[in-house]
Formats: sequence, C-alpha cells, structure tokens
Amino acid sequence: MKVAKMLNVGNARSAFPFLLGLSCFAYSASAATPPDAPSVILIQNATVLTVSHGTIEHGSILIKDGKIAEVGQSIKAPAGAQVIDASGQFVIPGIIDCHSHIAAESINEGSVSVSSMVTMEEVLDPDDIDIYRDLAGGVTSANILHGSANSIGGQTLVIKLRWGQPASKLPFEGAMPGIKFALGENPKRSNFSIPGQPRRYPSTRMGVEETIRGAFSEARDYKKTWDDYNKRVAAGEKNLIPPRRDLKLEPLVEVLEGKRYVHSHCYREDEILMLLRVAKEFGFKVRTFQHVLEGYKVADELAAAGVGASTFSDWWAYKVEAYDAIPYNAALMTRRGVIVSINSDSAEEATHLNQEAAKSMKYGGLSHDEALKMVTLNPAIQLGIDKRVGTIDVGKDADLAIYNHDPLSAYAVVQKALIDGRVYFDREKDIANRAEIEKEKKALTEKLKKTEKKPEEKKPPEKKPEEKPKTPAPSPTPTAAANSQGGAL
Amino acid sequence: MSKARHLRRLLYILCLLNFLYFLLAPVRDAQAQPPSVYAITHAKIFTLAGSPIEDGTLVIRDGKIAAVGSSVEVPAGAQVIDAKGLQVYPGLFDAVTQMGLSEIGAVNATVDSSETGSYNPDVVAATAVSPSSEHIPVTRASGITEVLAVPGSGGFDSGGGRGTLGGQASAIHLAGWTVDEMLIKKSAAMVLNFPEIQTQTFDFSTFSRKEKPYTEAKQEYDRQINELTDWMDRARHYAQAMEKGSVSKYDRDLKLEALAPVVRGELPVLVFADRARDIRNAVEFCDKQKLKMVLAGGGEAYKVKDLLRSKDVPVILRPMLSLPEEEDDPYDRELSQPAELAAAGVKFAIASFDNSFARRLGQNAANAVAYGLPYDQALRAVTINPAQILGLGSQIGTLEQGKIANVIVTNGDPLELTTDVKYLFIRGQLTSTENKHHRLYEKYLNRPKASN
Repeated sequence: MKVAKMLNVGNARSAFPFLLGLSCFAYSASAATPPDAPSVILIQNATVLTVSHGTIEHGSILIKDGKIAEVGQSIKAPAGAQVIDASGQFVIPGIIDCHSHIAAESINEGSVSVSSMVTMEEVLDPDDIDIYRDLAGGVTSANILHGSANSIGGQTLVIKLRWGQPASKLPFEGAMPGIKFALGENPKRSNFSIPGQPRRYPSTRMGVEETIRGAFSEARDYKKTWDDYNKRVAAGEKNLIPPRRDLKLEPLVEVLEGKRYVHSHCYREDEILMLLRVAKEFGFKVRTFQHVLEGYKVADELAAAGVGASTFSDWWAYKVEAYDAIPYNAALMTRRGVIVSINSDSAEEATHLNQEAAKSMKYGGLSHDEALKMVTLNPAIQLGIDKRVGTIDVGKDADLAIYNHDPLSAYAVVQKALIDGRVYFDREKDIANRAEIEKEKKALTEKLKKTEKKPEEKKPPEKKPEEKPKTPAPSPTPTAAANSQGGAL
Repeated sequence: MSKARHLRRLLYILCLLNFLYFLLAPVRDAQAQPPSVYAITHAKIFTLAGSPIEDGTLVIRDGKIAAVGSSVEVPAGAQVIDAKGLQVYPGLFDAVTQMGLSEIGAVNATVDSSETGSYNPDVVAATAVSPSSEHIPVTRASGITEVLAVPGSGGFDSGGGRGTLGGQASAIHLAGWTVDEMLIKKSAAMVLNFPEIQTQTFDFSTFSRKEKPYTEAKQEYDRQINELTDWMDRARHYAQAMEKGSVSKYDRDLKLEALAPVVRGELPVLVFADRARDIRNAVEFCDKQKLKMVLAGGGEAYKVKDLLRSKDVPVILRPMLSLPEEEDDPYDRELSQPAELAAAGVKFAIASFDNSFARRLGQNAANAVAYGLPYDQALRAVTINPAQILGLGSQIGTLEQGKIANVIVTNGDPLELTTDVKYLFIRGQLTSTENKHHRLYEKYLNRPKASN
C-alpha cells in the first residue's frame, strides 16, 4: 500500500512545488502558532483508559499547569477552568511512537559504517507537516532515530510533537539520549549496492559484528585515556595536556557508562543474539531492539537480557530478513515477559498506531489493556520516560488523546490531542479552518501567478524549474524511505 | 497346518484388510471427491443483495450458491456448519495486487510482476502466478477470497518498473492446486500506466530522486502519448483485419492481437493515475479512443469526481491509509475521499495495491467509514463493486443463487481489526485459513523455556 505510493512521492511534491513555499502561510491559521494554554482544564464524562489502573466510565481528568492533577469519576470544575465535554468519547494517554523519522531534515549519514558523530538533534525540522499529521493520529511523543545504513548509526532523541513550536522546544526534556545501531541487510547494504561502486565494509553479518566490536574496543581505550587523565588532574597534577576529543567515540563512551540508550534495528534471531553477546563482552546494555521481527524466536533470551522490543504490527516479506515476520510477534514476546511496543517507522503508519496495537488482540490474544500498553506505557518504559508519560495518573504530563470510539477499533477517530495540557490538535477546529485556508491558498496562488507571468508569460507557475521542494533532494524523504522498506535506509 | 487354522488366518487377514480399507476410505475419498454440498445454518447472512437475513441458511452445491434465505431446507447429505452467533458474507475481493507475482519485494529472483520495455500488452499475469506463494494463504486468512493479479503497475513489489502497457491482469481465486483451478478470468483488464508529466522520478538503483526540467518532462509526455495513440491506431487496424480474416498466421502480431479486445471496448483498461491532471488526460484519451476505462489509484479522484461520474468511469482506490498528496492538503484527505466520491455518485472499489499489506483491505475500508463513508458502501467497495467494475458482477461478489460460492463465516464485522474468519469457502470448497504465520506462531508458542 504505502510502497505503491512511493513512486508518487516525487510527483506529489514536484507538480506544484511553488505551493510548498506557501505552506507555512497556509497553516498559520490553524496550527503553526502554539495554542494558548489555559492553566486549568477539566475533561468530563469520558471513558478514561488509564492504562495503569483500569477504565473509569464517566470519568474526569483535571489538568493544572500542564500536569494531571486529578483523575476520577466526579471532579468539580474549579473556577476559571476550561471544560472539555467528552461525553461518549474515550481518553487514553498520548501515543508514544518508539521509532519515527519525522521532524528531521535528513536521517542517514550512510557513507561510513560508524556514524555515531552525527545527531538528529541538529537536523530537527519543526515545520515538517508530518508532525501535525501524526499528532492528529494521537501521537504526542516520538523517538526520532537516525537511519539504518550503518552498524552504528547516529544519535537519536525523544521529542514531543509540539506543532508550532520552534525546534528548540521539541526535545522531551530530560529524556535519555540514544544511539541507533543496525544489524542485517541494511548496514551490509544488501539491497542498496550501486553497480560500478565499490562495496562498503561490512557486507556480511560477520562484518557487522566486527564493526561494532572494533568501535567499542576503540571506545574502551578512549575512555581509559580520559579516565587516566581525569584521575591525574584530580590528584593535583598540573600542566597536563588533555587527550584529544573524539566525537565518534564520545557517544560510545556514554553507552559504556550507561548514559545513552542503544536502540538497535534488527530482524533475524541470530543477529539479535549476536548483539547481546557483544554488549555483554563490552559491558553495556541494549535498551531496545527495533523491528526485531524474529524476536519471537528468541523471546526468552530477550526477556532474560531485560531488553525492550519495539516492533511492527503486521509488516512482512518486503525483504528476505522479513520473510519470517509474523503478526503474532508482539504477543509471543509479551507472553514470555518482554516489554513490547508497536512502532511506526513511517509518518503514515504513526497516524493509526492505535489500530496497529489492536491487532495484537487478534494475533495472539492479548487483552485490551495489554494491547493499549503497546503504544503508551511500554514505549514510555523503553524510552525511560514512564515517570512523565504513558499512563493517566496524577502528577504525570497531561499528554492525552481523545477518540470518538474505543481507540482499539478501526472506526475510532482522534478528536483532540493534548501535550503538556495544551490542545495541540482539535479535529473540529481543523475542519472549521479549512475553508479559510483554502481561500488564503487560492489568493496566494493567484498573486504568484500574476507576478510570475510578467517575465515569461507562457509558463504556468508550476513549471518554474528553480523552485525546489522543501525536503533536500538527494535522498528521499524520511516518509518515502520509511514507507518503502521499514527503515530501509 | 489344519484347514481350520488356515481359515482363521484368512478371516483374520480379511478383517484386517477390511479395517484398513475403512481406515483409509475417508482419505481416499477426500482426494478423489471432496464433499460438494454444504449448508451453513443459523447464521446472520449479509448477502449484499438485500437486507441481512437473521437466522438464515446458505446452501452450497458443486461450487455454486444453491440457495440462501431464512426458510431454506438443508439438503440430505449436506455437510452442515452450525453458524449460530456467526455472520456470513461474500468473500472479500482485492482488486489490485501482485498476488503470486511477487514473493519478496527486495529479491528480484522472486519478482515477476513487471516485464522490461514499455509496451507488453500480450503478457498475462496468470502465466506467472505461483500457486505456492506464501502470500496466498496469509491473505486468505483475512477473508479475501479472490484478487486481481496485476502486472506492470509499479511499486516496490515490482522493483519499481512500470511500462506504459503493463500487460493483462488476471482475476484469480486464492485457492487451487494449479493456476488453471484458480482462474476466474485470465484476461480481466489491460494495464495502462497513463503517462505523466514527471519532473521528478525515483531511481531505485541509487535510491534517490532524480529531477528534470519541465520542458523536457513535457516533451517526454507528448512523445509517450503519441506512441500510445499510435499503438491504439495500429491495434484498431489490426482488429479490423482480423475481423475480415486478412491476418494470416504468418503475419500475426501478438501484441496487436492482445490489444484488439481493448480497442473494441470489450476488455476494461485499468488506467493507473493519481493526480487530477493525469486523470483528466486519461479520461479524455480513453473517451477519444472509445476504451472502457477503469481508473486505478485515484489519489486525487475527488478533484475530478464530476467528470468521473458523468463519464461513468469507476475507480479502484489505493489504500485510504496513505498520506495526502500535498503538504497543505487536509490531514485526512485520503481517508475522507471515499465518502466524498460516494456522495458524488462515483462507483469505486477499495484495494490494497500490495501483497503483504493485502490483509489490511478491511482495515482500509473501515477507516473510510470512520471518515464518513456509509458502512454498507464500504462493504460493497471490497466485494461486489470490484466484481462489477471488472465485469464479474454476475459471477461473484454477493451471496445470490447461482454465483460462485466464495463465502466467509466470521465472528463479527469483517472490516474490523479484531474479527476472525472461522470458515472460508472458495469455489464452494471449505478452504483452510492455516498459513505460514500461524504455523510459526504455533511452533514458537511451544518452544520449551530457554535455559539461559
């Protein structure tokens, strides 16, 4: 489905490139300005799916200063509170996407096998429309990952989908930073070799292991050099020359010190066990395996290692290492004690993660609560942000999604999404604003046509060759890439 | 040895043989002659040809629906399925897939969906459909009983290749020992990837976008349209020559011969186009050439809904679970399109355009309902509408007497995420929903606890 659309991504953006430049105007009316935040909000008459302590029928949630202040059955509206009547609606904790590539200008430094020096934080794009689209799918936080072209990829970070805020306001405050690893076909470039170009090391799973071991051997030596230096400084030695900083090894030292999470892309059972062995050898932890489509084959080993698994609901067969992927993966791993989340790896898939989580009830018989945890509490635990988000509990951030039906149904539509107690998405308002946006867009288009007709009257505006789409051209957009192969890049 | 002992031994052997015969009899019979009469009783039956029947009976005989109703007698000798509490629907029809043509998208050796070259009207999907594809039972388990296997329509599963005339699409059942058994209609539609003015293309060898100036792209488009027009003109002359018997077996042209039913307006043309401009061009072209057009894709069909309605062009829509074409389109543009087309009176089906995501067909239709499409129309969009659009409406797509018995029995709404298909009939045969995924599930569910 999504792959079939892939070829059209280019066309979609090219046919009317001049409009892309206008999009910031077009959206200014609805979403680009951060919404006002009334300090007190009361959501009333809702079915509240707390995730942590069951379901509250006709429940209320009181929000004060961006935090959940009270959850219960009958909470009186304090004076001056904004009241949201959610009669017949369902409230869940905002969805957390443990594997996303939205809000990024680029995602793959694919030229080297260890690209730990690059970081997603430096390429955050707060104007990426996919932030808004995913927000409209109830997603409030996302783990923004580097691509999977390298055995050790770039640094990752967790963001909140605060649409309309500048890049500096997107990062999830205090969330542990991460780093992307990748195993299997992508780092060995199985599906991406270009005829005539030399192959990059590694090109086997053996080489992937050695690339990681080699990098951590270096990192261990580098850490020792700094530790020795710091020890001598602490002992009072003067005039010491500090070791030269190595931006590639620094993040790996942080991994060794437990200050940076490892999120490793993987598919096959053998490579999963390989990384666990390497991690044991060098004394670091793998925080999550991503995709981990054969995780069900080594679920006991994953559980014993205390590693989280973040997987797809039902993707399979797009490449050889996904040929044994089964939709029962999430349930099988859960039954063996692994903390499992369902992720998107695609701006589109993220718009219906609630539905993807629901599939674990059909495939493997998980309960409603267990299924809902796959996109709320479990990814929060995996990202180390469960003290702040992931359930509806007093003291947590008021990050919520409100649906018109049970969210674990294909008929449920997000009505509102709140982050830090602010309504960042409101379906009613979005619909109400459309006519005005369309009018504004038309007016701007007309204006542009008029100004452009003067120098060369024959060319309709969409033919202007110098106009470039917003996304840099050399690589496909994260959406296209992710849509094509499950983080294939 | 006494005579009596001989007799006893003989008797013993006879008994044993007799016993073995009865033991093996059902197996032999299953191979030779599967039961041909089934009665599904006490079910809520959604025929899609009238109101749902509460506590109804559906009788299947010799591959066809023999009777359906609330007071239908169970024939003597019928295998009875008591479906109390269950629901019966026509099997779902996925009208654009590469089923059997592509196994693993990234592995060329397993992909047969796109021939090289731009004009391959003579190639036929059914030729390359692998009846052993793992996709078939996996897809079947989601209640899809028949699909259109489409060649040369692009997408990742075909390595990105798409010529102009991609070949003939085949309508197939998702069960059968051979392709011949699977066939509903070998040549159900001709694939036409309508030429686009493409200033950007995606290059699979470098996995990156390529850009070209507009004038160059427009020239390329004009060239393709002229070429295509030329093909149609030649095909028309050829068809006339065929009718007059003036084509000898020595000057047969297989490609023009394959196009003859197209230019006669008999074989539907499955025209792939998404942008409004391309759809308009395609409608104009097919109108001029008097082709029987079916639009496939239709990402922006809503922009030309009045045109599609007035020209009676049906649409096979790509999944609603797609991002909008434009950055500044409403976020639910694709999701709300089916409702908009339905309101405008445009006839459409919903399809997966894929293999591994074919099982999301129902999910896509349900999402269209969530964004305004009436439920019964969503159900029709994945059953009778695709059948009618491909000219198979009298054979399949509803539960009516005389139609091919492709039937599903479910424990709920077949479009909902959590519904299970309990029984599935294809060509009147009770067909297994077992598949690779479930087998692996069972295997690893029973893996002994690892000693770490």
